[in-house]
Amino acid sequence: MPAIEILGLEKTYSVGFWRKRPKRALLPLHLKVEKGEVFGFLGPNGAGKSTTLKLLMGLVFPTSGSAKILDMDLDDPRMKARIGFLPEQPYFYDYLTGQELLNYYAQLSGVPGKERSHRVATMLERVGLKDAANVQLRKFSKGMLQRVGIAQAILHNPEVVFLDEPMSGLDPMGRREVRELMEQLKHEGKTVFFSTHILSDAEALCDRVAVINKGELRGVGAISELTSTVQGKIEIVWRGTAIPAALKNMNAEFFVSGDSVRAILPEQQQEAALETLQRERLHLISLTPLRTSLEEYYLQKVQQASANATQTAAGGRA
Amino acid sequence: MSARIAYIASNTFREAVRDRVLYNLIAFALLMSGAAILVGQVSFGIERLVVVNLGLSAVSLFGIVIAIFIGIGLVSKEIEKRTLYTVLSRPVQRWEFIVGKFFGLAGTLAVNTFLMAIGVFAALLYVSRQFHGTDGWIAVALYFSILQFLMMTALALFFSSFASPLMAAVFAFALFVIGNFSEDLRGFAAMTHGLQRWLATGAAYLLPNFSALNIITSVAHEQPVSSSLIFYNTIYALVYTAMVMAAGVLIFQRRNLK
Repeated sequence: MPAIEILGLEKTYSVGFWRKRPKRALLPLHLKVEKGEVFGFLGPNGAGKSTTLKLLMGLVFPTSGSAKILDMDLDDPRMKARIGFLPEQPYFYDYLTGQELLNYYAQLSGVPGKERSHRVATMLERVGLKDAANVQLRKFSKGMLQRVGIAQAILHNPEVVFLDEPMSGLDPMGRREVRELMEQLKHEGKTVFFSTHILSDAEALCDRVAVINKGELRGVGAISELTSTVQGKIEIVWRGTAIPAALKNMNAEFFVSGDSVRAILPEQQQEAALETLQRERLHLISLTPLRTSLEEYYLQKVQQASANATQTAAGGRA
Repeated sequence: MSARIAYIASNTFREAVRDRVLYNLIAFALLMSGAAILVGQVSFGIERLVVVNLGLSAVSLFGIVIAIFIGIGLVSKEIEKRTLYTVLSRPVQRWEFIVGKFFGLAGTLAVNTFLMAIGVFAALLYVSRQFHGTDGWIAVALYFSILQFLMMTALALFFSSFASPLMAAVFAFALFVIGNFSEDLRGFAAMTHGLQRWLATGAAYLLPNFSALNIITSVAHEQPVSSSLIFYNTIYALVYTAMVMAAGVLIFQRRNLK
């Protein structure tokens, strides 16, 4: 049984005041996230990430399709007791103190009265807000708000945690803390579904990722699988300042510095490039395969989507 | 009542207290003490009438203003600030949220009215030197004010469940004004015929009848209030409140929280 199963979830909004016209925020989405996975939901701003999360949380209703979390329907209160959610740029009741806020959410989540105060205190300590327990949230910094946001999402020990842009707006220190918290959740066996457009975070944390753009799923899989589909490159460094003519025709980039030349060229040109260097009696210093990053895969998918959209628009005009 | 409704209500009450809603009591206390002192000096024989009239009208006005202006923000503010997201992603049903919010504000208004009632009776004691048997009817007038507040809170919440705060305030205030003239609307309906009569009668039943709950003048003149009026007003106000709340919940259940 997957932790999250999305079956053709689709959302179309009506926009405009007098003449309503449809705006598709999410095209039919099919996705499965297994238990214990850390799953990254990637896409640029406005791609449909938050819409998907709001649909899963029951905050907006789908135009069509359905989804199940822990094999239960989205409107099932029993399911909601077993999940946690951090919205994007969260804002909490700022007249409450950190302790009061978590206590309120613990009450709503059905945490038994006997456990509540202990759970709240432990959670405040876990997110580093022990000293701010009795400070009203209106005096919290953005980083502190994000931490209390994560605390409220995991307070009731949920099995599946949804985090919408959890690193957004945080400084490097704050991002590192959130990343560590997510790693802890992974070690505890929780399923974490988080949306982000910060690819290094996804690369560091996720077992699998999905890329979404303009409301459409562009790819899904383990990072190694996805990046292997993108053409790799190699870096060759040799002594001297000479660049053989044969290498110039290999679609390579050259960088001359001091008495060495660094060339970056497609992986399939590796053999030919080495032969050329040998033939020209140039002294090879190093050959390094450049790891294809998630960023390249992501950019390829996002650009592909834009190109398709442009083509469709041009076709429509023709 | 589910525990979650009680938690939401208690949080709403706490919000009102921390947002200094009860500070209106200071203005009320100043008004009542000023009136009591002034009336004692400038009027003769009608001190009680003036203090009761002024006190009960002020209680009603302060309560209605709080019911409208806090009520219209109860839902829209939570949507705008997205605080609702972390509530509804928990095992909280949308209707429980609305009902909890209602009870929270109703509780705030009840406490506010109770404290203002103490002020009214204190001012009355100051000008009359002692209580009379007929002063008990003041408590009934205050009770009717609370019933008005319940209806007004439900209406404000109803508008808040689909309209912007400004529009909700306009609608709620307009209904409050119209509701105070609902007896006239009923009179108008009785005088007309055909379709006009149907429409006027329909509107009279649909709109809140606040005039039936306003017994300030008769209480100020020490006229008794019949037990049947208390009974029917209670039933009317509770049924009307429940129906408006049900309509608000129905709309909110289907609303997309963008």
